[in-house]
Amino acid sequence: MLRLEKRPAPSRFWLWAAPIVAVLCTMVAGGLMFAALGKNPIEALRTIFWEPLFGELAWYFRGQLLLKAGPLVLIAIGLAMGYRAGIWNIGAEGQYIIGAVVGASVGLAFYPAEHWFIFPLAILAGALGGMTWGLIPAILRVKFRTNEILVSLMLVYVAQTILAMAALGFLRNPEGNNFPGSRNLSQYPATANPELISGTGLHWGVVTALIVVLLGWLILSRHRFGFEIRLAGQAPRAARFAGVNPDRMVLICLGLSGALAGLAGIFEVTGPSGIISPDFNVGYGFTAIIVAFLGRLHPVGILLAGLLMALTYIGGEYAATNLGLPSAAVQAFQGMLLFFLLALDVFGNYRLRFGSGRAV
Amino acid sequence: MSDLLRIEGLGKTYPGVVANADVSFAIRPGEIHALLGENGAGKSTLVKMIYGLVRPDTGRMTLHAQAYAPTEPRAARASGVAMVFQHFNLFEALTVAENVALGMENPPPMKTLSARIAQVSGDYGLPLDPARRVGDLSAGERQRVEIIRCLLQSPRLLIMDEPTSVLTPQEVAILFATLRKLAAEGVSILYISHKLEEIRSLCDGATILRRGRVVASCTPRDKTAGELAEMMVGSALSAPARQPGAKGDVALEVAGLSLASPIAFGTALKDIRFAVRKGEVLGIAGVAGNGQDELLLALSGELRTAPGMVRIGGKDAGALRPTQRRALGLVAAPEERLGHAAAPDMTLTENALLSGALRRGLLGRGGFLRWGQAKDFASEIIASFDVRTPGPGAAARSLSGGNLQKFVVGRELLQSPSVVVVNQPTWGVDASAAASIRQALLDRAAQGAAVVVISQDLDELLEISDSFAALNGGRLSAPRPAQGLTVEEIGLMMGGAHGMEVAHASA
Repeated sequence: MLRLEKRPAPSRFWLWAAPIVAVLCTMVAGGLMFAALGKNPIEALRTIFWEPLFGELAWYFRGQLLLKAGPLVLIAIGLAMGYRAGIWNIGAEGQYIIGAVVGASVGLAFYPAEHWFIFPLAILAGALGGMTWGLIPAILRVKFRTNEILVSLMLVYVAQTILAMAALGFLRNPEGNNFPGSRNLSQYPATANPELISGTGLHWGVVTALIVVLLGWLILSRHRFGFEIRLAGQAPRAARFAGVNPDRMVLICLGLSGALAGLAGIFEVTGPSGIISPDFNVGYGFTAIIVAFLGRLHPVGILLAGLLMALTYIGGEYAATNLGLPSAAVQAFQGMLLFFLLALDVFGNYRLRFGSGRAV
Repeated sequence: MSDLLRIEGLGKTYPGVVANADVSFAIRPGEIHALLGENGAGKSTLVKMIYGLVRPDTGRMTLHAQAYAPTEPRAARASGVAMVFQHFNLFEALTVAENVALGMENPPPMKTLSARIAQVSGDYGLPLDPARRVGDLSAGERQRVEIIRCLLQSPRLLIMDEPTSVLTPQEVAILFATLRKLAAEGVSILYISHKLEEIRSLCDGATILRRGRVVASCTPRDKTAGELAEMMVGSALSAPARQPGAKGDVALEVAGLSLASPIAFGTALKDIRFAVRKGEVLGIAGVAGNGQDELLLALSGELRTAPGMVRIGGKDAGALRPTQRRALGLVAAPEERLGHAAAPDMTLTENALLSGALRRGLLGRGGFLRWGQAKDFASEIIASFDVRTPGPGAAARSLSGGNLQKFVVGRELLQSPSVVVVNQPTWGVDASAAASIRQALLDRAAQGAAVVVISQDLDELLEISDSFAALNGGRLSAPRPAQGLTVEEIGLMMGGAHGMEVAHASA
């Protein structure tokens, strides 16, 4: 008989082994899925994981890697802070959209003026927009004890409606021949967020993400606020005993993760995407949830997980065009990663025992 | 006379721990037999084997001269063995009769059952109304539900695990009368306790366990409490030393404290008032669930009160949060160690930081943590309070209850507090650790702190308190000097025998 036995202390080995084993399990299960779809599994996995890094077109894909990883990491760090405190922001996608719309609105309000302060102002507005969207579920939870998971998720759909309104209405490009979509912010010099070093994919958003990784690590390991976050998540009553104000914690965590998601949104719309269009969002806010857990809610882990997840995005797209793999298969592949990770996390606190025996 | 239950060479080993080794003793019909030992001496494992919850590794048992090896509690009950646990297994939202029915294999119709409950409760002097909701009952009444549930099965052997820990002295007297009546009818009782005077007055024989082994058996009436304690602990215990110093100014004042409980089925605090002076120890007695948890939360700052209800060092602290109250010199140690006083998965260093950050200067500029100093603080607690652990890097949950309690009390006392509030400081702690915790509390008082000890252990309170009060239904009796108080007076302060009035009214 198999049974699980609680460990006296959480295993440090499994903390970091679980994501690695989860990636391997995903490759095996994903390979089986690709085989069932009639594709050569080895070739599919090679296309996803190998080609973008070392294949013929690697010179192009490697730059894409940072472009995709930047927003994922930025959002995931904010989410991880909340998740560690037991505050579940599922609506980063909405905060990302609102950040982009508000930031773009502020930036385009100056069109066609040229001032140095327009770009920083737009970035700030994006962060504030995302923060506001994140604070809605926070305030509702603090005032009315609503569930922040539901409220933040529902606000994603509200945000998508606002995005459509912006793209078709108040932000529509007056010179765009009535096509939906705003002016291109990356072609408006005052708001452009270009590659800083050509071909690397490094733009201001990626730089911000790297700084946030460093700050996040510093806060979680060295600062009182990080300690309070971990305490609130692990032992809420002990946190209250220690003097942590749970309501304040909800406001800060949701506000912070909203602001970071908003930053990711405004950096995206001023850079790689350029245009506020109805299909502007591509799911970074949801994928960042996987990134946060895959990275063990640890800033450095999130950086690595963000790069890995960016790789599956790029490789998945490449496999879709090259091998005709349906894009849903690639999404299922990413979902498997989270599934295996959560399953393997059991081993962090429990160990597997063979044979019978009675627990007392 | 032949023995009812005979146990020979019983043993049980868990990975790394020998819970019981070569335990042998016998119980005669109608005998009240005590199982005496400290926490962790192996009493619980032994009775769990008798009740079929744990299977022994070695040894055998005979019941009624027949081999007895229950594989589950149902088999034990079928053989006539019943058990009343220390922690009750009752549903608060259901009535007494419904709870009793849930514990039976084939419950009779509710009307018949209620009549039988009323009859048994009358026969054995255990007043209880079958129609009342368990959530509204006192701890003593809840225990009666458990006992009556057992008695309805007409047991031959009744196991009682620490039955008096939640009772007032008057309720203890009622329980003992019931147990003696049962014994006179030929029911054997296995009585587990570490309270020596109770065992001396109640039990016919005693088996004393230490570290899982039988170290002695005796007739408790022939021994003094001191001799029993020595057999139980293995060495002589010294009573805490007290230096009756001069009492200073009032350090903690509570006036008209009324507060709704944040806990489901909790007890609201009603107009509580007391004052504790520097150097004074106030003992607050009471049966669990009479407002102890709420009082601690209101004093520690986890619950805030209207202005003027709590004053620390003369300053109004009603609206202050725990950190701000610590700044004024008040420290607190809640009853529940894991999850409230300490975070289970965090290291001792992190747990030292949990409440010691402010007063021990573990915070640097801009709110950054001084991990080095936090580790030193944790090591200091471990050394000063003899906490048995591999080191400050160990997770709190890896410590035994007693060791974690020493760590928690030590963490608070080493912050040079001016006011100390502790709830159940020695609950589940072995005798020598309990003695050192009490000594530390007295030492802190001698150094000029006002100390409030909330406890259910009357002996403990009488040993260390200067003044004494009791919580009953969220109200606090007026504090009185502890010297010269009799157990009867204390019992009345604790509310006498809960539920007696109700039973008389319905009788």
